[in-house]
Amino acid sequence: MIQPAKPDLVTVFIDGKEIAVPKGTNVIEAARMVGTDVPHYCYHPKLTVAGNCRMCLIELGMPMADRATREPIMDPETGKQKINWIPRPQIGCGTTVVPGMHVKTQSPMVKECREGVMEFLLINHPLDCPICDQAGECKLQEQATGYGRGYSRFIEQKNVKPKRTQLGPRVTLDDERCVLCSRCIRFCQEVAKDDVLGFVDRGSYSTLTCYPGKELTNNYSLNTVDICPVGALTSTDFRFKMRVWFLKQSNSICTESSVGANTVVWSREGVIYRITPRQNDEVNDTWMADSGRILYKEVQSGNRLKPTSDLKTSVAAAGSLLQDGAVAVVGSGRSSVEEQFLTAKLAKQLGATSYIVARHGEEDGLLISKDRNPNTRGALVTGLISDLPATELSDLSADIDAGKVTTILSVGEDLTAAGLSAEQLAKVTLVYLGSHANATSAAAKVIIPTLTVFEKSGSFINQQFRLQKFASTIPGLAGAADDRVVLDQLLADVGGASAGSDLPSVWAELSAQIPAFANTAYANIPATGLLLDSSNWSGLDFPEGESLHFKPAAAEATA
Amino acid sequence: MSFKTVERKPLTFAERTYVPQIVNGLMTTFKKMVKPNETLEYPEARPPIPEGYRGVPTLVKDPNGREKCVSCQLCEFVCPPKAIRIKPGEIDPTSDSAHVEKAPEAFDIDMLRCIYCGLCQEVCPEEAIWLQNVFSLSGYTREEMVNDKDKLYELGGTLPDKHFKWDQKKAAEDRGNAAH
Repeated sequence: MIQPAKPDLVTVFIDGKEIAVPKGTNVIEAARMVGTDVPHYCYHPKLTVAGNCRMCLIELGMPMADRATREPIMDPETGKQKINWIPRPQIGCGTTVVPGMHVKTQSPMVKECREGVMEFLLINHPLDCPICDQAGECKLQEQATGYGRGYSRFIEQKNVKPKRTQLGPRVTLDDERCVLCSRCIRFCQEVAKDDVLGFVDRGSYSTLTCYPGKELTNNYSLNTVDICPVGALTSTDFRFKMRVWFLKQSNSICTESSVGANTVVWSREGVIYRITPRQNDEVNDTWMADSGRILYKEVQSGNRLKPTSDLKTSVAAAGSLLQDGAVAVVGSGRSSVEEQFLTAKLAKQLGATSYIVARHGEEDGLLISKDRNPNTRGALVTGLISDLPATELSDLSADIDAGKVTTILSVGEDLTAAGLSAEQLAKVTLVYLGSHANATSAAAKVIIPTLTVFEKSGSFINQQFRLQKFASTIPGLAGAADDRVVLDQLLADVGGASAGSDLPSVWAELSAQIPAFANTAYANIPATGLLLDSSNWSGLDFPEGESLHFKPAAAEATA
Repeated sequence: MSFKTVERKPLTFAERTYVPQIVNGLMTTFKKMVKPNETLEYPEARPPIPEGYRGVPTLVKDPNGREKCVSCQLCEFVCPPKAIRIKPGEIDPTSDSAHVEKAPEAFDIDMLRCIYCGLCQEVCPEEAIWLQNVFSLSGYTREEMVNDKDKLYELGGTLPDKHFKWDQKKAAEDRGNAAH
């Protein structure tokens, strides 16, 4: 008998390789752990198992034992226990491992099964890869090359199904390319909880459609495009924009809300074409909201601030303005941790009160939280603010009216949106750092154009107090400066001690001065993020409700 | 190091007079004088271009006048000197070839970069790009040497088609829809 190595582990043999896997693992995942690819279409690790594509067929066997005595039957040739192979192939996705299980993933029978499944999938496939957006990341292409027979014996007429159907505002469906894996249907049922997709008709006429009179309109509809293994579901926004093999992938963090969904930004030659989710099982699994995927459009929007003078001149002008009056600093919950730290340092040097503006929106309980600032926690941890921010700057407003504040430095915040009136803005001297024009930049005396989140590197702290880093994807707008550089130069101009604006220097300071970041360096932040000790802020009443992989501290305490 | 002394034969009398050599040389001259010309009065006269010659890459239309390129961007990908630039676009859904869905919005080939290797023609799944027999291009500026989509179709013209792939596809679609 083979004993499991640990109580929660199960020992299995995949192509003769012994491996201990957690209980409940299926054969596809177990094979992945020994580095063997079991091809599949319908199986998705974050969805229920449907078992309808039959691509993951494998051979299964159990060690033989005498039925009456349970004595193991030994093979005299090898001296080992005989293996009783099931004469028919089994699906890998729907088979959970049991102790002692033997799996063949490369046997002649498995190979023939895969060739047969591929042949059936391809007989009605339109083979329009030249005009298909999935080409290059298509499982059908990959597996036809890897496991297909290489030629077609089909001479009959192919099926005709609806093409170029608009399933919803963001998703286009081509039914001829569909392999009926039902991943999209299961996603809508299980994750998005918006059950609008389904198959109609039978046999080779089976067709994916929307429920009559309904549309795939939910804010997670583009995830169906991501999980579609073929080109049946494609993104209307990305349709015919660029072939995927030209696109460079950079890891980023979604700035839509404090959830901080992990993303991949796809760009070519300084132009972003799309944003897709990146798997992080602690934060967003493999999903992200549609509304976060269009944020890249801000990079090329018409109201980007363009430089009117060189950086040195504008920083010097800003510096002298800040040294003259009674200053208030309005930082931002959209700035990175590094920028907030430098903003806090600058405010301290100027003896100014610092604020950030809270932004609240509808939460959906999944991947959009109520706090629409991606980095409110960062402002708390870096000491930019000590209490939760409000949506209106009423203290600052009173200070302006009382004449206690004569100069305001705004880091990308539109102060009119935070409750200040145009008259109040006219009363003070404004210095504005930001990437886009708004009412505040229009009223500002000095404007320093800075970069969007896609053009700079840094880190955010999400609602779980998880420190996550993002990398710059594209080169910055010509003449616009990195916020970090601007803040550091401003700090030096007003007489503060600058320790350098590059990430390693800022992080050397951060780890020395902020207890939560002790012994942390930017380069060492793992791809899945670093959970910080949040006990200092456990008394605060954060606005977020429950969402995917997140429970508010108050709810956790009562639970 | 060893060396060998080569014995030099003394010249014969005939060789010393040079007369046979002069006569021999003049014979070639007189032969060529009466033979037809081998040079061409380029550019008035042009050489015949052999089949399979790799001249300037062009885009072609099928005999029905449909532009064959679907902007799959494989030529842009394979082009070793990165001479090709394509901006893909969507075909107007009301047009006759709406079922092809995709066509280039812009297609530029920089002839200052092109090395006439023919990989673009080889890789094209739609047989839309052909290196034809134009071999001399000139221009006054660098911009003139970039062939845009209009120029490429003007150079390419129409080529015969063996498959009519998309027409067949449309016919199959109509047949299938009629059976439903």
